[in-house]
Amino acid sequence: MATNLPVSAQSQGGVGTAPVPHTEHDDHLHDHEHHDQHWLWKYVFSQDHKMIARQFLITGIFWAVIGGVLSSLFRLQLGWPEATLDWLQPILGKWIEGGKLNPEFYLALVTMHGTIMVFFVLTAGLSGTFSNFLIPLQVGARDMASGFMNMLSYWFFFLSSVVMFSSLFLETGPAAAGWTIYPPLSALPQAISGSGTGMTMWLVSMVFFIVSQLLGGVNYVTTIINMRTRGMSMSKLPLTIWAFFLTAILGILSFPVLFSAALLLVFDRSFGTSFFLSDIYIAGQALHNQGGSPVLFQHLFWFLGHPEVYIVIMPAMGMVSEILATNSRKPIFGYRAMIGSLIGISLLSFVVWAHHMFVTGMNPFLGSVFMFLTLIIAVPSGVKVFNWLATLWRGNIRFTAAMLFSVGFVSLFISGGLTGIILGNATLDIQMHNTYFVVAHFHLVMGSSAFFGLFAGVYHWFPKMFGRMMDEKLGYIHFWLTFIGVYLVFMPMHYVGIAGFPRRYYSWTGFDAFSQFADLNKFISLAAILAFFAQFVFIFNFFYSIFRGRRATENPWNSTTLEWTTPIEPGHGNWPGEIPAVYRWPYDYSKPGAEADFIPQNVPYSQTPSSNLPYERELAE
Amino acid sequence: MKTSEAMLGEKELGLGWHPKRVLLILLIFSIVMMFAAFTSGYIVRRDEGNWREFDLPLSLLFNTIVIVLSSATMQWAYFMAKRDEVKLANIGLLLTMVLGIVFVFGQVHSWGDLVAGHTYFGGSDANPSGSFVYVLMGVHAFHLITGLIFVAVVLKRSLNYQVHSRAMLSIGNATLYWHFLGGLWLYLYLFLLLNH
Repeated sequence: MATNLPVSAQSQGGVGTAPVPHTEHDDHLHDHEHHDQHWLWKYVFSQDHKMIARQFLITGIFWAVIGGVLSSLFRLQLGWPEATLDWLQPILGKWIEGGKLNPEFYLALVTMHGTIMVFFVLTAGLSGTFSNFLIPLQVGARDMASGFMNMLSYWFFFLSSVVMFSSLFLETGPAAAGWTIYPPLSALPQAISGSGTGMTMWLVSMVFFIVSQLLGGVNYVTTIINMRTRGMSMSKLPLTIWAFFLTAILGILSFPVLFSAALLLVFDRSFGTSFFLSDIYIAGQALHNQGGSPVLFQHLFWFLGHPEVYIVIMPAMGMVSEILATNSRKPIFGYRAMIGSLIGISLLSFVVWAHHMFVTGMNPFLGSVFMFLTLIIAVPSGVKVFNWLATLWRGNIRFTAAMLFSVGFVSLFISGGLTGIILGNATLDIQMHNTYFVVAHFHLVMGSSAFFGLFAGVYHWFPKMFGRMMDEKLGYIHFWLTFIGVYLVFMPMHYVGIAGFPRRYYSWTGFDAFSQFADLNKFISLAAILAFFAQFVFIFNFFYSIFRGRRATENPWNSTTLEWTTPIEPGHGNWPGEIPAVYRWPYDYSKPGAEADFIPQNVPYSQTPSSNLPYERELAE
Repeated sequence: MKTSEAMLGEKELGLGWHPKRVLLILLIFSIVMMFAAFTSGYIVRRDEGNWREFDLPLSLLFNTIVIVLSSATMQWAYFMAKRDEVKLANIGLLLTMVLGIVFVFGQVHSWGDLVAGHTYFGGSDANPSGSFVYVLMGVHAFHLITGLIFVAVVLKRSLNYQVHSRAMLSIGNATLYWHFLGGLWLYLYLFLLLNH
């Protein structure tokens, strides 16, 4: 039996499909298999998780470009504060006044850049794409638990995108109170013009977004709990699935809290309540609002806001674990420790939110409790980093584009994580708060590294998504330009921040203390804009490869997980025949004694006598 | 003869619940988190001072009794469906809907009583304490309306003889959701009684 393993590992279709009766979830899917579907149902209102994943991905790419354009605009202002920007007038219209960027529009740019990147790209675009695509394929299900709810999840996201995008073109400008929308600035239209219709549309858009996240999240969790194929116990799940599972749970528990906060803010803005407003004078006029507490909003916001950064980073962690193991041709180091650290991060994420609020005048004792809990996160994060490095150690590394981005992810996560230890200390944070040091920290640790996870995922699973390969050489160019670019942008930013340069300031040339950083800021801006343009290499590669890429094989990376046992372009229902059963964990790479350097999860131990360990031999008997 | 490996593949996975039941339970968790946010915000805000005390109108007690009764009729309808007494199950579902609608209107009526007691939602005479009461009642009432729609869908299915002892999923889920909404209101009522 052992001799035919390499063959069966490549053909894979029938391997391990022991004659076991169908499970109950098999039957309802056959009615979905319409062969001549109208294009509207196939490409637009599709209930197929793979099509929904592609919809999320392409919408996410669209948003990433918008978010990148906005950041290039405000980097122009920061890098060349004296320049005349008349040449932008055709695009920005009245936001350029006398060759200068309108200061309020600058705030709107910063706000929308944050909102778009955090929610629309790195939440919806990242976990929306890969949770949808990989969960049914890797757990061995024909589709999500509810295809209809899954479709609604995308269309609520689409609706939310339309509202947010249209707010960019408002006469009074989009929301401008920062992505954290702290009241009273966000609550009072008199405060800044962006708090008028722009803020209303921001809130409406976020309500749709939260609905989308909940519909998606409950589906992901249900699919993982209920629809795993035979033999796929929780301890045989790929780490991607564990990451998506915990990410979805975080979303289910934290997004409703943002909903509550947004609802109260809507009441304050439009219905005359005073949840967050008190003792406010505008132009000498006292407002009627009494008894509100703006700090309450911060508590509610950060109760979502902190888990949200893990919602962003954990899917990337899961995919990087998978890609590092596959391309090192080694089992992931410490599989159970990886799961344990994900669970640890998930639990801790709910009890650290106040570390965003050390300067709100909170009781220093309470601050030290939150500081203690925050610093504990370094432990599971450290476990993950050491396990990734140990996986690479003495591996037979294949530097695919996906692998490069995964290694880049680990690098960025370490660089950004170290400054997290500094900012987690209340005493240091009070000094650093609201400076560019914070900006540099979170852009490295959750912004850039989540983007690297996203790129790694796209390069790695592109063959399964579109049946073609992306171009490797363009992938290398994209990686090196981005990797170098990101470090050139964010490393100098730490120094600017340590010097006390505050975030969100439109112009700083009026302050002697900061004008010495003019050159450094120019350098950062130049690097940022170049790194942004480097992304067009990826966009070209992506769209070109969809139509003209080299044809993929069934399992181009010689990987072990179930998605690679499907046909090159899986139809609705994923496997044409029976769903394969699972016999082993997903990381049997370079197993001593095995014929090939990988054994897919659906190969029974009885077919691999030469590589079985003693306890596995017992299973096969 | 099967190897132990082949037996492994037949092991039952999941919690033994239908996916739709799991979906519902997860959605209930998200609703719980929403109200956890409101009620913990309430406590945090109260402890900061400038908090106007208010009296809960007696009509809320009446509404509470109505919603507890509706939970009982819902459970009764569930038992009747389980015994294939389709007609009685329909009556139970209908009673539940009527009591649910009475509850929603009762809540709106209680808002009138609150205003009469000078507890306002917004405006210059309002205090966050009163605003919170309206928000808690309003968001709960919104979810109760979604529960009513759910029960109506089950009633329609039941009228078509699609709910019986071998098709208990929809009525089971509706019963779970309805009890949850009732329990949620009991929690909110006790919370307001203890913390006003």
